[in-house]
Amino acid sequence: MDLIKENILILTILLPLLGAALILIIPSYLSDLVKYIALVVSIITFIISIWIFVLYEINVGGVQLLWDWQWLSIKGSWPLGDKGITLNLGVDGISVMMVLLTGTVMLTGVMASWNIQSRNKDFFVLYFLLLAGVFGVFISYDMFFFFFFYELSVMPMFLLIGFWGSSSDFRTFIRTKEYAAMKLTLFLVAGSVLIWVAIIAIFVQAGLGSFNILEIQKVVDDKFSLYFQQINFLMIMIGFGILAGMWPFHTWSPDGHVAAPTSVSMVHAGVLMKLGAFGIIRIGMTLLPEGANSLMPVLMILGCINVIYGAFSALGQTDLKYVVGYSSVSHMGYVLMGLASMEQLGLTGAVFQMFSHGIMTALFFLAVGAIYNSMHTRDTLILSGLIKKMPYISVFFVLAGLTSLGLPGLSGFTAEILIFLGVFKSYGSLGVLFGSLAVIGAGITAIYILRLLSSVFFGVADKNDYSNLDATKFENIAGIIIVGLILFGGLYPLPFIDMITAGVTPLLGNILGAL
Amino acid sequence: MTNNLDLLIPEILVGSLAFIILGLDLFLKPKFKEFIAYIASTGLILILIFSIVPIWNTKANIYENILILDGYAVFFKAIFLILGAVLILSSRNYVNNYFSYVAEYYSIVIFTILAMMFMVSSSEILTAYISLELLSFGLYVLVAFNRFNKRANEASVKYILLGAFSSAILLYGVSQIYGHLGTTNLTQIQQELSLNSDMSMGLIIGFSMFIVGFLFKIGIVPFHMWIPDVYEGASTPVTVYLAVLVKIAVVALFIRVIISGLMPIAQDWQFILIGFSIISMVIGNVVALIQSNIKRLLAYSSIGHAGYILLGVAAIGTLDQKGLIIIDFSRLIVNGIILHLISYSIASISIFLCVDIIFGNSEEEQINSMKGLSARSPLMSLLITASLISLGGLPIFAGFTSKFYLFNAIGTQISLWYVGIAITASLISLYYYLQVIRKIYIDKNEDQESFNIPILSKVILGFLFLGLIILGVYPNILMEFIYHASESLL
Repeated sequence: MDLIKENILILTILLPLLGAALILIIPSYLSDLVKYIALVVSIITFIISIWIFVLYEINVGGVQLLWDWQWLSIKGSWPLGDKGITLNLGVDGISVMMVLLTGTVMLTGVMASWNIQSRNKDFFVLYFLLLAGVFGVFISYDMFFFFFFYELSVMPMFLLIGFWGSSSDFRTFIRTKEYAAMKLTLFLVAGSVLIWVAIIAIFVQAGLGSFNILEIQKVVDDKFSLYFQQINFLMIMIGFGILAGMWPFHTWSPDGHVAAPTSVSMVHAGVLMKLGAFGIIRIGMTLLPEGANSLMPVLMILGCINVIYGAFSALGQTDLKYVVGYSSVSHMGYVLMGLASMEQLGLTGAVFQMFSHGIMTALFFLAVGAIYNSMHTRDTLILSGLIKKMPYISVFFVLAGLTSLGLPGLSGFTAEILIFLGVFKSYGSLGVLFGSLAVIGAGITAIYILRLLSSVFFGVADKNDYSNLDATKFENIAGIIIVGLILFGGLYPLPFIDMITAGVTPLLGNILGAL
Repeated sequence: MTNNLDLLIPEILVGSLAFIILGLDLFLKPKFKEFIAYIASTGLILILIFSIVPIWNTKANIYENILILDGYAVFFKAIFLILGAVLILSSRNYVNNYFSYVAEYYSIVIFTILAMMFMVSSSEILTAYISLELLSFGLYVLVAFNRFNKRANEASVKYILLGAFSSAILLYGVSQIYGHLGTTNLTQIQQELSLNSDMSMGLIIGFSMFIVGFLFKIGIVPFHMWIPDVYEGASTPVTVYLAVLVKIAVVALFIRVIISGLMPIAQDWQFILIGFSIISMVIGNVVALIQSNIKRLLAYSSIGHAGYILLGVAAIGTLDQKGLIIIDFSRLIVNGIILHLISYSIASISIFLCVDIIFGNSEEEQINSMKGLSARSPLMSLLITASLISLGGLPIFAGFTSKFYLFNAIGTQISLWYVGIAITASLISLYYYLQVIRKIYIDKNEDQESFNIPILSKVILGFLFLGLIILGVYPNILMEFIYHASESLL
């Protein structure tokens, strides 16, 4: 037990990698065995991620469960020489939440992809590689490995979308999955170009010969001038912003989400977009506090555009998955606004929104995937009366929709109210303007969600045979896990909020202390 | 004079091996001739074990400073022997099937390995030139080896003409340098240059010609015209030989020339090299976007990679404000260049080996005919995908580590702007790599016939895949050796 406790963080990376390796060596005709191995691995990882949540001591705060391993030792006389590159792992309150989110989405994603027929072995190998990368980003305290895992999580997406995805037919034209896959990969790698340059700049300027974020953080005041911080924060903001779906770099995200297979959409919208916001926190706000402070108004404006623009775009969609895709863009806008508010409440809300939106959108895509499997269409103009045909799935979708529009009692409300409070408090009278716009965004969300619910789910049902349309056993279990978390986050969010506060307080103190 | 002949034992043995192979051909019955490849590669590995390993830590100048034996030279000799053995083994199938003179092929390959071993050892530019010529003559023959093939003939004529042309330029540079400085020894050139800071016109022309000669051989834009045609026309085992081993050898020699000879005039060549490298990265990667032939695509991508490497070479010497050379990070950069060369080699060898198996001696290496390859050969699809991702610089493969290391070193030494350009170029390259991956995995094809991959090729591919992953995940293993090389150089 102690052995596991000491190495618990590396387990979150190793387990998916081991799972991938194990699945790789199984012959492909044993496709059932592949599924069960994937399920077992993801259940263990889920348990580990809960365990990390329990192990983190909120009263102590700070970075805990530290773990390191000398990866590249460089001898010689140059500054890089003495330290080399070390794999530093650790979690603070923010990453604990993100690890829990990833564990949940990973497990539910495996359950949602239970029925993948063609080459499910290759699918799960890539899926686990993707998740190893995601876990790695959330727990790395080393810029090199942060970037390594970031790129690792981008790499499998191309094949996952390109091979197992689906093209969408717009009657006048077809948006192919190959197009979406290529667009997504190139956008994300383009973002990583900026991140890479910024990371090298930070590394060189710090002059410590180490990529360790905690060590560089100590010399920020001495080494990083305001100008340097502004330039680099801009690059970090845009680079990670692309991944977070920040306007005007969001266009890859609806296309990508729609083309991806169900579980990949879940991981992608649920977790991968959070990597972007998390990167802004972990590298931008931690290492470049003054730059963050002076550029946050820009992020606030962009986030605000995200909220309004994403909501209006969702309003105009007729494809169920595109509605959810644009609603993700809109909701990531709240996260960006919360980050930009630089207030305790706003930041806490932003991180909680990352968690809440993560599970909510996973539920959305789970439901949409099941609907598409049964009805073979996602057109909102055709679908109608689903509540009679697929009661469970409809309930899941309705709950996700209500979370999305911020109904009290569900986790979305907790997150959004915190963000609104934070935004209203920030930037004086401008904050009131931004806050009002954010609330208006929530109103538009209510319009498109309720319209959707009334027509697609509660409209008139044609009189056909409804049997065998509803969710499978595993989809139900997955949905129930997520609904449980959503209700927990809405009715008793205190454990989550405490955890996030433990992470946000030092972060904010760091920024305000640097001014 | 002959008392330190023992330091040259590896070269002597490699030379003898080439003659033995040539002689064996006369005595062996035709059915045994296919084993010559095994003899050749086993011989190379035995030479590595029994003669390179004992001199691993030696440092000596031999024959009046004509040759130098240090960690750098020994490291590269080992690399040449290992890669030479791998390439001979992997070309075995092709050579046995399509060439009639098997032993000649292998003995010429071994002669070129001998030339490369002399190249990395030479501490004097005339020796360097002569060994470069020995290499080039071998390569002219190798490119022309497929003599019933029209494209091979065209390629070989182009290669001979341009190769001779570039050799002439190089030699003219050497003669100018000798005329003005009165020496061809690199160390003495360095002393002369640091004494007289102002250079005459003739010397400038001499050094320019000298450097241009090297750029020709590496294949840097605008001296790259021969690369796509020759890579496409030559038979695939020869192409991979040109793309990998020859490039490593010329870059290794170039680094030594720069570091032990041209450092005092770093401010004169640095910006020129940076300019050439940026043009190469951009043009190589952009032109590769529109290629439909996989060998031409890889040729242009190799031009792009030569650009990254040349940027590293340019960054080796940097002057501070007082005009003094900063070499703090130079060793780091040399490490980066070597690491990137190795990761590039592994990826290129595995792709070309797969291309060889897929297309054989057919004339059309179209990317379109690789459609649906994943259904026909999962192993080769995996290898090609891993190698392309590695060349594109994404983890968990070697390319990510080596690019990160190299670009990080360059960013530390000179400016981040150049690194930004290099990373952007590498983003462009990802597009056409992904197009190939898309063809392999996503597009469907009616042709379901699977390939007959020889067991030997499977083993080699397996090792290459392991190499890609190990270098990407834990490069520390190789780093020990690379430090050994760069330490002795600076």
